[in-house]
Amino acid sequence: MAQETRVAEEGKVEEKVKMLDIYIMGKRYKVPDAGLTIQAALEYCGYNLIRGCGCREGFCGACATIYNFTYDPTIKYGLACQTVVEQNMVITQIPFFPAAESLYNVGDLQPKEGVNKLAELYPDILTCFGCNNCTKTCPQNLEVMEFVSDAIRGDYEKVYEKSFDCLLCGLCAARCPQGLQPYNIALAGRRLRGAYLAPKSQHNLDRVKEIEEGNFDADMEKLKKMSADELRELYAKREIEPAL
Amino acid sequence: MAEAEVAEKVRMFDIYVMEKRYKVPEGLTIQTALEYCGYRLIRGCGCRGGSCGACATVYNFTHDPTLRYGLACQTAVEQDMCVVQIPCFPTAKPSYDLKELKPTGEQVLEIYPDLATCFGCNNCTQSCPQDIEVMDFMSAALRGDFSAVTAESFECVMCGMCAARCPQGLSPYNIAMLIRRLHGRYLLPKSKHLEEKVKEIEEGKYDAEYEKLRSTPMEELRRIYDERWIEPK
Amino acid sequence: MPYPPYMEESIRKLEASRQRRMKEEIPLISSDERDMIVRKYHPDYRETGKRKLLLGPNKDETMPEELANQLEGNSRVDPDKVDLSKIDYDVDVLIIGSGGAGLSAALLAQENGARVLIATKLRLGDSNTIGAEGGTQAADRPNDSPVLHYLDTMGGGHFENVPELVWAMARDAPMAIKWLEDLGVNWDKETDGSMRELELAGECRRRVHSCKDYTGLEVMRVLRDEVRCRDNIDYIEFEPAIELIMDDEGQVAGAILVNLETNKLSPVRAKAVIVATGGLGRLHTQGFPTTNHYGATADGLAMAYRVGCSLIYGDSIQYHPTGAVYPLQLVGILITENVRALGGQIINIDGEQVACNLEPRDILASFEIRECTERHKGITTSAGNVGVWEDIPLIDMLHGEGTIARRLPSLVHKFRRFNIDLIHEPVLVYPTLHYQNGGVRMDANSATEVPGLWAPGEVGGGVHGQNRLGGNATLDIYVFGRRAGREAAQYAKEVKLGKLNLDHVRQWQKELEQLDIAKERPFSPMLLPNYARQPSDYLADLYTEKLQPGLVKLA
Repeated sequence: MAQETRVAEEGKVEEKVKMLDIYIMGKRYKVPDAGLTIQAALEYCGYNLIRGCGCREGFCGACATIYNFTYDPTIKYGLACQTVVEQNMVITQIPFFPAAESLYNVGDLQPKEGVNKLAELYPDILTCFGCNNCTKTCPQNLEVMEFVSDAIRGDYEKVYEKSFDCLLCGLCAARCPQGLQPYNIALAGRRLRGAYLAPKSQHNLDRVKEIEEGNFDADMEKLKKMSADELRELYAKREIEPAL
Repeated sequence: MAEAEVAEKVRMFDIYVMEKRYKVPEGLTIQTALEYCGYRLIRGCGCRGGSCGACATVYNFTHDPTLRYGLACQTAVEQDMCVVQIPCFPTAKPSYDLKELKPTGEQVLEIYPDLATCFGCNNCTQSCPQDIEVMDFMSAALRGDFSAVTAESFECVMCGMCAARCPQGLSPYNIAMLIRRLHGRYLLPKSKHLEEKVKEIEEGKYDAEYEKLRSTPMEELRRIYDERWIEPK
Repeated sequence: MPYPPYMEESIRKLEASRQRRMKEEIPLISSDERDMIVRKYHPDYRETGKRKLLLGPNKDETMPEELANQLEGNSRVDPDKVDLSKIDYDVDVLIIGSGGAGLSAALLAQENGARVLIATKLRLGDSNTIGAEGGTQAADRPNDSPVLHYLDTMGGGHFENVPELVWAMARDAPMAIKWLEDLGVNWDKETDGSMRELELAGECRRRVHSCKDYTGLEVMRVLRDEVRCRDNIDYIEFEPAIELIMDDEGQVAGAILVNLETNKLSPVRAKAVIVATGGLGRLHTQGFPTTNHYGATADGLAMAYRVGCSLIYGDSIQYHPTGAVYPLQLVGILITENVRALGGQIINIDGEQVACNLEPRDILASFEIRECTERHKGITTSAGNVGVWEDIPLIDMLHGEGTIARRLPSLVHKFRRFNIDLIHEPVLVYPTLHYQNGGVRMDANSATEVPGLWAPGEVGGGVHGQNRLGGNATLDIYVFGRRAGREAAQYAKEVKLGKLNLDHVRQWQKELEQLDIAKERPFSPMLLPNYARQPSDYLADLYTEKLQPGLVKLA
């Protein structure tokens, strides 16, 4: 039954909609020219995705895809769930690439004067020869080469700023000729910055102290003892801070 | 054999298949280890004997991030190995008609203009599971030295790993393929005795003798066979 | 020391006898003696592991059990569920399989005006051809002739070969070599262009052409490249055929393909079909390991049998005498006959030769089996495998240092990965399942008994008789592949196809039901062997609606 229905449906689709030729791992398929993403196109062709699929909305990096076109060998990179198929697109997914990451505690990241913590964790970083492949691969269009240079110079703040949108899809590691993993290096840089370099939130620290010292305990007890009506009245009368 | 029984008798390794940890007995190749873990291979499996390149694998170790490359069917598993297969990598291969090509370096550049963008990073050599000096033949290709390319690339099983790792998007294996064909057709001297023999056959020189053998009775045929002169090795 | 201590004594004996053995010549045995040793020791003649076929063109004939199961298998297709009016591809020539025969057929069919579609189970070019090491026979030297090639082939096949097929192959052989040379294959040559040729077992002249020990790979790389370059040859990978389609005139009219990754079925309408599916090594007849590639599961035999093609010598299986035995990771892989052509000898545990090293394969395999079983002179590994030595280092001693490295680079490489240095150390060998001598009955153009269907290459039968000579398989594929392509293209111009149907499947399944064996038989073609470990706590199919009792339910 299912086979018949699918065949009949396909026939109907092809009558009404222009079809595109795409190539999945070298196999040619026809998919409707209807704005399908690479991910939707894979499923249209009958693939039941196990690897290479995650949030389906551009946040998690699971569906990193490498592609080019039959008429143009230049390699391009994108997220399958966010990239629309085009005529003659040639697609391969690399859902995983081996990258040994350093194991560390946040405590290990504490910056030290005169020491580049990132080079300490990832010594290979110094073998980068600036080929810029990492930048080319980034489906988020980040200036990866720049933040790798920043990492080499120990400028953690810049690493944080430039790598913030990183989804850790792993494509930069898959294509780095020196076997580096820019996404892991940047992650360590961002964590270091967040834990140690970002200005501390004094008011937060103060509030935590107040709570721990029990400053709010008495008020809380009062609220717990109120009747439903009293609570509603208190709620209706509370002052609301202007939004902006 | 139940897993526990296996573990008692044989040393077990921890390996990571796309980061999932499995325990496998010592002595397996990456390919048979995948099957031991329950994977039934569709992609990434071919001749199972080291000749076809289907099972190209990238791996490293939890204790050593250096990337290594091998054929899954020919590489033994080791403790803490982390493996991933790359069964396909997009490379646009142009069409050409060998009869219309000239066996020159310029001709190769015309078909593969990107060849000139190679900057000698040596990733291709590092990624070759056949231990071919890929960088050497890429240089030879740029110099138009077809014999050197043919000799150096002869063991290429076309696994595609060099293309997967070339930062300039080149496919050394396709470039070498074209050059070897040009070498075989144009640069190796023609075989005169082959051409002569083909001519003789087409002129029907051997047909009568075959007809005679065809109608020879079996006893006689066997005798002729047993008594035929065998050229010394 | 790459070999464990328990093998050391035997290796020492081998090394001690080497000088003497270098000059030792063991004579070949006669044809009558050959027949005798084969009947006693060859696996084909064992009493067990075989049975009579219950239906089909070869009914009542005995076949290896594993092959019989495939031939009598259930179709994977339910004719009621396939809509043959919705054709996915409509072509002149459909080629099933993409090894040497399939690709040769594709190129010749295209040159003769056909629109060609190649449907292949794994990647384009994945085949037994790619692992072929030894070389290709062709009588192209002045002191040789196709008639001698014919004679050698008949003798090697125990004189049971079909004469017209052997002559077609021997006659076309030099043309096939030339064709490949023109396509850019790098044959081993001397500096003046003459071909460097070896003499393999059973031959009376040196006529095996090779490309180092990568002969199959070199030619497949070229054929694959040429196929990709040509217009009008289309190909689909990971899409094997599972059933042939007939028409109401009794002609083959196409095939049903299945996408291995998505399970989608695709009916193909084709004016001519060429089945070039190769061998059956992954059926592991008589429990032997194999040199064959992953997809060698007798697909073409099963499909052709179901539409009424008979097999010839289907029970004749070649076990290559030099399959690797050690290390465990390499069990079964091929060690080329070129080693013996260059002087490598087969040695028992006492350091003595087992037989003349250039006996044809079935004879040498029988000798080795006798040596290891009846005579107890084999070497047993700790994994329980048994074998005899192949003394490879002899080759450098006979022909000069560097010969092994130059002529056998693929082998040197493979064993070096496991710390065995072939330049200084022997290897353990034993027969391994290598080739199907017989196959689908065909004529000199590899046309089968059913109109519209050709079967060139290993899948076809009759040309090798009861035993194939080394160097004739990679000739068979080019000769009959080309002939099939040419003839199929011509046929496609003239044939008129009738209405498509799968009635033969209905008829087949009915017969299986009547014989009450349908439930016992597997589906065929098998498509791929299943080497995945199957512990009892695995769910059989993740997406099935039905749960197996007692198993873990996934959320």
